[in-house]
Amino acid sequence: MSQLPLRAQLASALGRTAATLSRATGRGDGSVIGGRVGLMLEPDLLRKLAADRKLVLVSATNGKTTTTRLITSALQEFGDVATNAFGANMPAGHVSALASNKDAPYGVLEVDEKYLPEVLDTTHAGIVCLMNLSRDQMDRAAEIWLLAQKWRRALAGRPVHVIANCDDPLVTWSASTAARVTWVSAGQRWREDSWCCPECGGPLDRSGFGNGGQGLTAAQMAETNWACRECTFRRPEPTWVLDGEYVTDPRGRHWRLDLQLPGQANRANAAVALAVAETLGLDPARSLPRLRMVTSVAGRYTTVERDGRSLRLLLAKNPAGWLEAFDVADPALPIILSVNAQGPDGRDTSWLWDVDYRILRGRPVLVTGERRRDLALRLAVAEVPFQLCDSFEQAVGLLAPGKIDVIANYTAFQQIRAEFGRAV
Amino acid sequence: MQSELSIVWIYPDLLSTYGDQGNVLVLEQRARARGIRTKTIHVRSSDPVPQQGDVYLIGGGEDRPQILGAERLRRDGGLHAAIQRGAALLAVCAGYQIMGTVFGGEEGQPVPGIGLLDISSGRGERRSVGELAAEVDPALGLPTLTGFENHMGVTRLGPGVRPLSRTLVGTGNGDGTEGCYAGRIIGTYLHGPALARNPALADLLLSWVAGPLPPIDDSWYQALRDERLRAVLPS
Repeated sequence: MSQLPLRAQLASALGRTAATLSRATGRGDGSVIGGRVGLMLEPDLLRKLAADRKLVLVSATNGKTTTTRLITSALQEFGDVATNAFGANMPAGHVSALASNKDAPYGVLEVDEKYLPEVLDTTHAGIVCLMNLSRDQMDRAAEIWLLAQKWRRALAGRPVHVIANCDDPLVTWSASTAARVTWVSAGQRWREDSWCCPECGGPLDRSGFGNGGQGLTAAQMAETNWACRECTFRRPEPTWVLDGEYVTDPRGRHWRLDLQLPGQANRANAAVALAVAETLGLDPARSLPRLRMVTSVAGRYTTVERDGRSLRLLLAKNPAGWLEAFDVADPALPIILSVNAQGPDGRDTSWLWDVDYRILRGRPVLVTGERRRDLALRLAVAEVPFQLCDSFEQAVGLLAPGKIDVIANYTAFQQIRAEFGRAV
Repeated sequence: MQSELSIVWIYPDLLSTYGDQGNVLVLEQRARARGIRTKTIHVRSSDPVPQQGDVYLIGGGEDRPQILGAERLRRDGGLHAAIQRGAALLAVCAGYQIMGTVFGGEEGQPVPGIGLLDISSGRGERRSVGELAAEVDPALGLPTLTGFENHMGVTRLGPGVRPLSRTLVGTGNGDGTEGCYAGRIIGTYLHGPALARNPALADLLLSWVAGPLPPIDDSWYQALRDERLRAVLPS
């Protein structure tokens, strides 16, 4: 990688300068601006930076950043790993990540779902890790069946090894054109986007639940078989299986996860990360201890302190993400919810109506964020008592000292992080 | 209407992409607030549509589920029978287009609708995404319509329907009108929880099958409406 042509070296160096300036002036973490400068000077930079590395691409609707972090942590067992740890998951972020660690033999890149075909095409990554697909930021028109179809086409006929969650029918359909697939049964909590067969449109028969998929227990999650009633499309047999706290590997060994990251969604992310690591020759005996070292990812799951209050920050960007956050939140604690609808959140708040908030009944609920009135009405209709607050600070002040859970969507989460100086 | 009001949500497995469940929840809540008991039936696309419901809802979705939904509704016939009996229907976005004689498929090809509304739809030049505000047909006596649209459809209204509203902001049908109504059927491009933003529209549907309704506390609805209309309309 030190053999980059002169123009690419210059582009990559100028990009790093821009990134440094961005950080120094407090405008951001520098990972996007740096990459943009580099790409402008040398459009082929990503391809050149990706060459000669073992590269893993990670994509999904939810869990991309965390899974990227887990895989990176595992592969550090082997040595240096270049990664876009801050969630800058489009090509500019990839350039920045690879340029800032040019000699790392491994790369793990989180990839925005819509960019996966393009990034795969440019980087020729050898491993692609796909976890889940569900409704997200619909006003940006990423209709998910079309997205799955693009993945499917991008993977067809390519010498790539896909690690995919076979409990998600859309992901399975996307991955099944790939030359080689390792199927992981990682569970699927949100099922409202997979009642129909992606292949023929027929009804999918699913076993293991009867309540519309919400609030599943671990036992129900484990029983996740599905098959189309009208065609031959059905769940492939997994070689890795997550069941509650335990992962069973292809050799039949059971591994108790014991992660520090909370919740079933993170156990699913870890199961997939173990499978990716093994594909690269790293046994769970060596990768799992490294997954256990991860405590917080880009501020997510972090606890911050203010005036005697311990606030645990949970990010939830879409209905599936809210289910995962509810799984982690403590029913005995008060909870602050913050919702915005800026560009990165999606300008449309319709998704609030896909989330079942009734689980919050009985705990003190405080509502804030730029679109707090949307959330207020949503909770009123669900008969969840709440208090409306003009600011996050006001919400915190209204609660007694002690532990508090916070769930926020993307820009609302970043605003809260900024209040704490991005120290988290 | 029988002793309890039955709400039938058609094909949530196919057509429920944008928080369409919100319309069901709002109808339930506004009936409940008037002491009307409700029963909600989720009809999956592999099941028959019951004919005895009071209010029917059908939502938005992608091209392929829309085509499947139209085929199954035509084959099933239950919705047609319910409408003939006098049931009310709110059809949203893809569901709205299905109610017409024709709509545009995946490649823009014409796909037959189910003919409950005298409208025909096709594919427009560009996607309309954003807030919408519109003045409702004065004959209905409803306040300004507010909501969010996200579609590529263009809909022509035939003589058998009336425009639901005239747009102030946004695209709607594409000719300066948004949505339409005929008998007890309302169609609209306002996707997802259109009734959460327009509780008077919810009450109109309810009153068609349950008779006159007393007023209820609308303060959270009103706070949201005020905010959204202020955000898009010049003051």
